[in-house]
Amino acid sequence: MNDAVVHVAELRKTFDVPEREAGLKAATKGLVRRKTKEVRAVDGISFDIAPGEIVGFLGPNGAGKTTTLKMLSGLLYVSSGDAQVLGHVPSKRERDFLRRIALVMGNRNQLQWDLPALDSFELNRSIYRIPREHFLRNRDELVELLEVGDLVKKPVRQLSLGERMKVEIVGSLLHQPQVLFLDEPTIGLDVTMQKRIREFVAEYRQRHGATVMLTSHYMADVEALCERVIVIHHGKILFDGKLGALSNTFAAWKTITAAMENGASDLSSYGEVIHRDGDLVTLRVPKADTARVTARLLAEQAVLDLNVEDPPIEDVIELVFAQENRS
Amino acid sequence: MSTLPLAKEGRLRSLADFYLTTIRTAIQQQFQYRAATYMYLVGMVAEPVIYLVVWSTIADQSGGTVGGLTAGEFAAYYIVWTLVRTMNIVFTPYGWEERIREGELSGQLLRPLHPIHYDLAWFAGGKVPWVLFYLPIAVVLTLVFNPTFDVRPLEIAVFAVAVWGAYLIRTFYQSALGLVTFWTTRVGALFQLYITLELLLSGRLVPLTLMPEWVQTAAWFLPFRWTFYFPIQALVDDLSNEQLLGGLAMQALWTLIGIGLFSLVWRYAIRRYTAVGN
Repeated sequence: MNDAVVHVAELRKTFDVPEREAGLKAATKGLVRRKTKEVRAVDGISFDIAPGEIVGFLGPNGAGKTTTLKMLSGLLYVSSGDAQVLGHVPSKRERDFLRRIALVMGNRNQLQWDLPALDSFELNRSIYRIPREHFLRNRDELVELLEVGDLVKKPVRQLSLGERMKVEIVGSLLHQPQVLFLDEPTIGLDVTMQKRIREFVAEYRQRHGATVMLTSHYMADVEALCERVIVIHHGKILFDGKLGALSNTFAAWKTITAAMENGASDLSSYGEVIHRDGDLVTLRVPKADTARVTARLLAEQAVLDLNVEDPPIEDVIELVFAQENRS
Repeated sequence: MSTLPLAKEGRLRSLADFYLTTIRTAIQQQFQYRAATYMYLVGMVAEPVIYLVVWSTIADQSGGTVGGLTAGEFAAYYIVWTLVRTMNIVFTPYGWEERIREGELSGQLLRPLHPIHYDLAWFAGGKVPWVLFYLPIAVVLTLVFNPTFDVRPLEIAVFAVAVWGAYLIRTFYQSALGLVTFWTTRVGALFQLYITLELLLSGRLVPLTLMPEWVQTAAWFLPFRWTFYFPIQALVDDLSNEQLLGGLAMQALWTLIGIGLFSLVWRYAIRRYTAVGN
């Protein structure tokens, strides 16, 4: 893809991590000779992201997601391979590059703790050399979109976690970045706040045509925002494609939920009964058998209603990681 | 994708805007902690007052002078010392250590401006309330200890520049030291060594004229004397115009060497950043 906003080819990052046994003896030995272990955090990943695309970057803790985002935003040097964002090599941290990206991390505080966020916004204006009229327009727009009108006048330390996250986002986007790296932006937030942030990300992307790369452990974030997902585990990409195709690739079954006229019926001969709630029975059946089992159920049982679904995305992701761990 | 235009001002004017904005923010931050600022000043004043009482007492008991300095000259030295000390406070290697170890540097690396600009501007702003609070204390110390001052306008002008020169020198050397954290994680021991050398070779502990000859000679070849002794001398001693301007030139030289050293270490150090924590 020639016009890719993010281009990654055979990207690797290794860390030398100190390693020693517990106890005084090992600590004393360490004074003379240190043992280190090479850890491959990212191990030869490749992908491209097109302008305006929003991609979910999924993986368990330690999979290499944050390390990748840090390489793409210029915080870390790559060990080998190629990474380009907006045509720049991120680790060079050129001013023109840094003015066009933002890395928002759910657990990071960049605002002045003791001052109202408005003062930090003003500081960002001068750092990013934002023309004042654009600054005021962007600030007011972001404040309105995230509904933080009164909060930006309070000292940051007096804000709740969710409120702080919202003003952090305002501060990070004042310079209107074209590429957003969002690392767990909804972590620790309540459901309402998560939803607000999700709506905001969608709105921001639509208004500014921004390209977004998002990591989250909340599948609701991914389902609401991302058409495409990249699944990473042990530093390697396991899947890169449409979210909908994830279950087709990894889940070998579908679920059939049937509302029975006679709830007491034993349906175990049709598939694995995974849930039963009164007259409502949920079966797990092999994907290839779905049509046949459905036809049999309708023909042989008194079925009032029937619904065939892919398994929940959380279950699919769990399955992907479980399969990879076993292999 | 829409790109924001840059502010119309050129790079230098934008940088000046950044410095002014950061200085303003730092002053506001300091005013949030009034009690802490007062306590900090008490601590700052205690150190020179102790030196002052000790040396004044010794001078009185030694027939009026020690190493050629009278009690009044000691008083002048340490009253100006406190002002210089307040002005040359910088972001320390401990700060760099924490910033690197905890991953706080990440936020600053994401900005299109080198973090050293932020440190320079922030600590410059922090001085404004400290100096304002110190001035009435200086008046009280003057009334109590009766210092000997004979100041020319050029000396005041050189002093005003020299305190900022001292600030720049300390910033670049201590920041270069702080970057050692990229290799060792804990830079405290090295910093202690630096502070010990500074105490002895800068005039921070005692006026350099009271130190042995070889210490005074060594001090000429190191940056430390230009961060304490020279600014104090500019106001307290009777330096010739050549000595005053020569001192500023030496400060400029050590600042340039400091910038070069910091830039060199930064170039290699930043490749080792692991951005842990954040």
